[in-house]
Amino acid sequence: MSTFWNLWIVGFVTANIIFIAWLLYATSSGKKSDQPAGPETTGHIWDGDLQEYNNPLPRWWLAVFYASIVFAILYLALYPGFGNFKGLLGWSATNELQGQEAEARLTTARVLAKFDGKSIAELAADPEALGVAENLFAANCTACHGADAHGNKGFPNLARPDLSWGRSEAAILATITAGRQGVMPAWKDILGTESVTRVANYVYSLSGRPAPDIKAAAAGAQTFATTCAMCHGATGQGNPIMGAPNLTSGYWIYGGSLATIEESIGNGRRNQMPAWGELLGEQKVRLLAAYVYSLSPPAVTH
Amino acid sequence: MQRADTYNDTVVRRFALMTIVWGIVGMLVGVIIAAQLLFPALNFDIAWLSYGRLRPLHTNAVIFAFGGSALFTTSYYIVQRTCHARLFGGGLASFTFWGWQAIILAAAITLPLGYTSGKEYAELEWPIDIAIAIVWVAYAIVFLGTLAKRQVKHIYVANWFFAAFIITVAVLHIVNSAEIPVSMWKSYPVYAGVVDAMVEWWYGHNAVGFFLTAGFLGIMYYFVPKQAGRPVYSYRLSVVHFWALISVYMWAGPHHLIYTSLPDWAQSLGTAFSLILIAPSWGGMINGIMTLSGAWHKLRTDPILKFLIVSLSFYGMSTFEGPMMSIKTVNALSHYTDWTIGHVHSGALGWVAMVSIGALYSLIPRLYGRTEMYSKRLIDIHFWTMTIGVVLYVASMWVSGIMQGLMWRATNADGTLTYTFVEALKQTYPYYAVRLAGGVLVFGGMFLMAYNVWKTITGPNISTASQPIPAPSV
Repeated sequence: MSTFWNLWIVGFVTANIIFIAWLLYATSSGKKSDQPAGPETTGHIWDGDLQEYNNPLPRWWLAVFYASIVFAILYLALYPGFGNFKGLLGWSATNELQGQEAEARLTTARVLAKFDGKSIAELAADPEALGVAENLFAANCTACHGADAHGNKGFPNLARPDLSWGRSEAAILATITAGRQGVMPAWKDILGTESVTRVANYVYSLSGRPAPDIKAAAAGAQTFATTCAMCHGATGQGNPIMGAPNLTSGYWIYGGSLATIEESIGNGRRNQMPAWGELLGEQKVRLLAAYVYSLSPPAVTH
Repeated sequence: MQRADTYNDTVVRRFALMTIVWGIVGMLVGVIIAAQLLFPALNFDIAWLSYGRLRPLHTNAVIFAFGGSALFTTSYYIVQRTCHARLFGGGLASFTFWGWQAIILAAAITLPLGYTSGKEYAELEWPIDIAIAIVWVAYAIVFLGTLAKRQVKHIYVANWFFAAFIITVAVLHIVNSAEIPVSMWKSYPVYAGVVDAMVEWWYGHNAVGFFLTAGFLGIMYYFVPKQAGRPVYSYRLSVVHFWALISVYMWAGPHHLIYTSLPDWAQSLGTAFSLILIAPSWGGMINGIMTLSGAWHKLRTDPILKFLIVSLSFYGMSTFEGPMMSIKTVNALSHYTDWTIGHVHSGALGWVAMVSIGALYSLIPRLYGRTEMYSKRLIDIHFWTMTIGVVLYVASMWVSGIMQGLMWRATNADGTLTYTFVEALKQTYPYYAVRLAGGVLVFGGMFLMAYNVWKTITGPNISTASQPIPAPSV
C-alpha cells in the first residue's frame, strides 16, 4: 500500500474508533447529578403520542461496547490491519497456510514411508496399506470409477477379474502411473452400415447370448475374423497389450445392447485414463495399484 | 382530495398491498428452491426453473421487492406522521411506486431468462441498474424533502435511520453497479479481480447493514412505541447506537472474504470492526425491547407486539452471530456452509420479515379507517406458524452447516479427505427436509395474512379518505 493509502486507512480507522469512544464517554458520564430519580421524557412529542425517555445507557451494554473497542485495538496491534503495520505477531495467512501444509506433508510422509519396499501383492494383503489406499481411491478415483469401483458407462469396472489393459501387478501399476489411451476405430465408413450390424450381431453372441439375428451373426463372424480378430483375438477374448477388451465375458464398458454394440463398432470409441504418476507420486500410485489389485483375485493371468 | 393539509396515504396503501404480494411471490420461489435442493428433479430440466436462476430471483424478490416495498410503505407513512407534513414532491411518490414495481417486474423476467451481472444481491443488468438509481434518487428527494418541510423541530429517531438507509443505499448501488455494457443485457464491472470482490462485499454487507438493518430499525422505532403505547426507552441510547452503527458498518464488508486473496490487513480490519458492531446493533434491540418495560402484560394479548418483540430477539441473535462468524477461526468452519444460510434467514425471516409483518398488521387497518385487523386470532396463528417455521429453518441450517464444515475439513493422516463431497451432501438431506418444512410454514403464514388483510380492506365501514394533518403537539 502506498503512503497515501496507508495514511488514509490509518486516519479513518483511528478517527472512527476515537469517535465512537468519545460518543460513549460523552453520553454516559458527567450528567449523573442532573438526572432525576425516575425516567423523564425528552419533551418532544410526535404524531400525537410518540415520546422518548432519556434513560441512561445500560451499564452492561456500555461494558460490552468498551470491551469490544479494547479487543479491536489489541487485535489490530497483534495482527495486520492497521494500514501497513504488520502486527506484533508477524502473522500472515500465507505463513499460516504454509505452516499447516508443511505439517500435513510430514505426517503424510511418515504414514506412506511404512509401505516402502513392498510389492503390489504384499501391499494388497496388508490391511493398513489397503486402508490408506481406499482413502486415496475415494479422493482421486471415485469421480469416474464410482465409490465401489464398479465403474460407469465409459469408465471400466475395476472389480472384475479381467481388465482391458491387464490386471497383473505390473499392468495395473503402469496403467495408473502413465495412463492409457484407448482407441476403437470407427468402422461405419469402411465396412458399411449393414456389415456393422452383422458384426454387432456376432459380437452380441460372443458372451453366450443368442444373437438377435442369427443369419446376420453368421455373416458377421466372417468379417470379425478378418477385421476385428487382429486386436480382439480370434475368439474375442481381447488383448491386454493393445487394451482391446474381452468381448466374451458379458461385461461391457459402454453397454451390451445390440444398439450400443453397433454404435461402438460403427462410430468407434476413444477413451483416456489420465496419468497419475506425476500428480500423486510413486508411493501413492503403488498403494492405488494395490487397491485395484485387491478388488478381484487375478483369476485370469495374462 | 389531494390537499396540502392532508397526508398522502394512497401511495402508502399501494406499497403496503404490494409488500404482501411480493412476500408471497418471493417466499414461494424460496420454497421451490429449497425443494429443489432436496429433489433436484423439480427443475423439470427447464433452464428458467433451474436453481442457479431461481436463487437470485428469490433473494431479489424477498430483499428488494418484499423488503423494499415494506420500507417504502413504512417510511412514507412514518415520515409524514412524525413530521406532520404531506409527502414532498407531488407525483414523485407515485413515480417511485410505479418505478419500483416496474423494476421488480423486470427482475422477475430477466433473472429466469439468465440475464445476470453475476454479483450477489446486485445481479440485475445495467439498464435495470440505471432505473434503480433513478427511482432511488426520486425516493431520496421525496423522503428528504418531506423531512425538510416538517412542522416539528426535532427529527424523530425513525427518520434518522430511514435517511441513513436511503442515502447510503444510493451510494452503495451506484458505486457497486459501475459497469461497462457490452450489449443490451450484458455488462462487466469496471473493477477487476479482488478489488471487484471487495467492492461487491462492501456493497453486499452494507446492503445488510443499511437496507436490512437501518431501514427496519426505522420501522421498529415507530411501531414498537406506538403499539406498546409507551415512550421509547432511551433517547441517548438511540443517538449512540445510531452513529456507532452507521459508521462502523462501513468497515465490515471484508469479513465476507476471509481466507481469500484479499490482503490480510483488509480481512483483519473487517473482523475488528465486525466485533465492535455487536454493541451498536444491540443498542437497537435494547431500545425496542425495553420500551415495553412496564407494559410486558401486553405481550400476552397483542399478537402484533409479539411479532415486533420476537423480531427484535432474532435481530439480537443474528447480530451476535454475525460478528462471531467474522472471526477467522469460526469463519474457517462456517464459510460456504449452510450455517451462513441459517444466519441470513435468522436475520431475513426472524428480523426483517417479522418486524415488517408486525408493522403492516398495525398499519393496514389505520390506512383503511379501521382500528383493528379483521381477525386478531388469525394474527396470533400467523405469529406461531411463522415463529415455528423460522426456528425449524434456522436450527436445521445451523446443525447442517456445522456438520458440513466439520465433514469438509476432516482429513486422514495420509493427507486425504475423510469424507468425499457427496458423503457430506448425503448427510444434509434430513436437514434440507426440515428446512423445507420450516419454509412451508413461513410461506403458509403469508396466506393467513393475505386473507386477513383482504377481509380487513373489503370489510364494512372502511374509509380511504385522506386524513387531515393534525397540528404538532410541541
